[in-house]
Amino acid sequence: MKEIRWHGRGGQGAKTVSQILAQINLREGKHVQAFPEYGPERSGAPVRAYNRISDAEIRVHSGVYEPDIVVVIDETLLDSENPTEGLKPNGVLLVNSACSPEEIRARTGFSGRIITVDGDRIAKETGTGFANVPMLGAVVAVLGTDYAVAEAELREALGGRLGAEVLNKNLQAFRAGYEAAKGVTVG
Amino acid sequence: MRKAITGHKAVAEAMRQIEPDVVAVYPITPQSEIAEYYAEYVHDGLVRTELIPVESEHSALSACVGAAAAGGRVMTATASQGLALMVEVLYIAAGLRLPIVMALANRSLSAPINIHCDHSDAYLARDSGAVQIFAESAQEAYDYTLMAQRLAEDMRVRLPVIVNLDGFTLTHSVQVVDVLSDEVARNFVGEFKPIYPLLDVERPVTWGPFAMPDYYFELKRAQQAAIEAVPAVFLEIQREFSRICGRDYHGFFEAYRLDDADYVMVVLGSTAGTAKVAVDELRAQGMKVGLLKPWLWRPFPIREVAEALSRAKAVAVLDRAISFGTMGALYEDIATALYPSPRRPVLVNYVYGLGGRDTAVLDLVKVFQELPTIKATEPVLRYIGLRE
Repeated sequence: MKEIRWHGRGGQGAKTVSQILAQINLREGKHVQAFPEYGPERSGAPVRAYNRISDAEIRVHSGVYEPDIVVVIDETLLDSENPTEGLKPNGVLLVNSACSPEEIRARTGFSGRIITVDGDRIAKETGTGFANVPMLGAVVAVLGTDYAVAEAELREALGGRLGAEVLNKNLQAFRAGYEAAKGVTVG
Repeated sequence: MRKAITGHKAVAEAMRQIEPDVVAVYPITPQSEIAEYYAEYVHDGLVRTELIPVESEHSALSACVGAAAAGGRVMTATASQGLALMVEVLYIAAGLRLPIVMALANRSLSAPINIHCDHSDAYLARDSGAVQIFAESAQEAYDYTLMAQRLAEDMRVRLPVIVNLDGFTLTHSVQVVDVLSDEVARNFVGEFKPIYPLLDVERPVTWGPFAMPDYYFELKRAQQAAIEAVPAVFLEIQREFSRICGRDYHGFFEAYRLDDADYVMVVLGSTAGTAKVAVDELRAQGMKVGLLKPWLWRPFPIREVAEALSRAKAVAVLDRAISFGTMGALYEDIATALYPSPRRPVLVNYVYGLGGRDTAVLDLVKVFQELPTIKATEPVLRYIGLRE
């Protein structure tokens, strides 16, 4: 079983992409859970969301304490949220940042694998305005999920909510996030 | 079809397939999304339900009572303070033998105000006369919503049925749910047959008349007979449902690795899933542990539970609510079941998870490991994951 913890701020779409990731993993035949951590939410407040992905039925219903992957959608949370807490030493820290992994290592002290993806730049260049979808692409790459399966599910998940133009921008952003993180998988 | 959906959506899908005549509902966290999904279905024309948006939960259940007495198939959903407001009317629904099915997204009661899960709302309705079922997962919440409709409407029962699902843990979490085709689900639920409908103006009847001391007692005894009829009907419905869904539902509780277990945990709802992981871990280390997870909580399957637990050396009963001033409600059920048994295991009562306090696998492993050290049953509450 792999466990993922997302760090974002209210309104950045961490919960949304964690739920889409669950749909992607189901499409590739996995058992899944996705759940947010609910506090007194308001726009801009730190929020967490979680995924579990397994080949076997998932029965546990507790929180996630030792994630395999931590995704930080908002870089400013590196300083306030201690996002590496409990992260497995052989896990992956995935950060939306223009900084290098070495710079993130110096800030967090995390000794495992660090990947930085400039999700904000991708969001700006593709015109989506949100870094959550590029980071979802990066997670899909890290998990080693088949790209075509993931893209088909994303298309279906977003197709109902977005018009064709915005959908295409999101698919581009997803692809860019995927490409940026490709090559590092979690065993 | 297997879908990755929230517990809310799973319950709303079951409701859509049941397609009641009337849904009267008031939003409250963590139930609101059930009502929101259903309102969408009504708006989109997927169901022909009369959706009654009301000004409070008291009104929601009152509207349900009126609609059910009028001859409609009726559903609602609530949580926490919403159920507290409904309780007055819930006793009436049970006393009038109205088959109203309700999803209860379990949440703590105020004060202090808290939106997260525990079972104090379900416990509040314990003696209301409503049947209560607990789900471990979104899948079970979906399945038991369909089964609850059949149970409530069975002519031997005709009682309100509450399907409990843990707030947030199940309602807001995306899980894999195998949703039946509409045709299979609808065939299973079947047609609703109203009895003595108020709207049958050719045959006028009175609902809810006064009962003096010369009749009230007999009517309450008849209500007890109705809820005593539930277990046999419950098993019939489970058998039929298992055949169409391919999942195995048999019995009033799930017995997980229980047969040869020396140390047993009894727990309701989603924490039973976490307990299964704890059981597997300890079994792998050679400790003979097992789990008893009640699906049917009211009526309580006293004899069957006694039979299943009488071989154990010690039993941990976990209550997700405090019954202030005495032992936990589930513990008292288990103690009642085991008292006549010639071989009584040591019973230990744990309170856990109040107001959404997380219960991890390790917490439950520790409970199992503590059990062999407790030598006698004592009227003492123990607490899991509490800072003291």
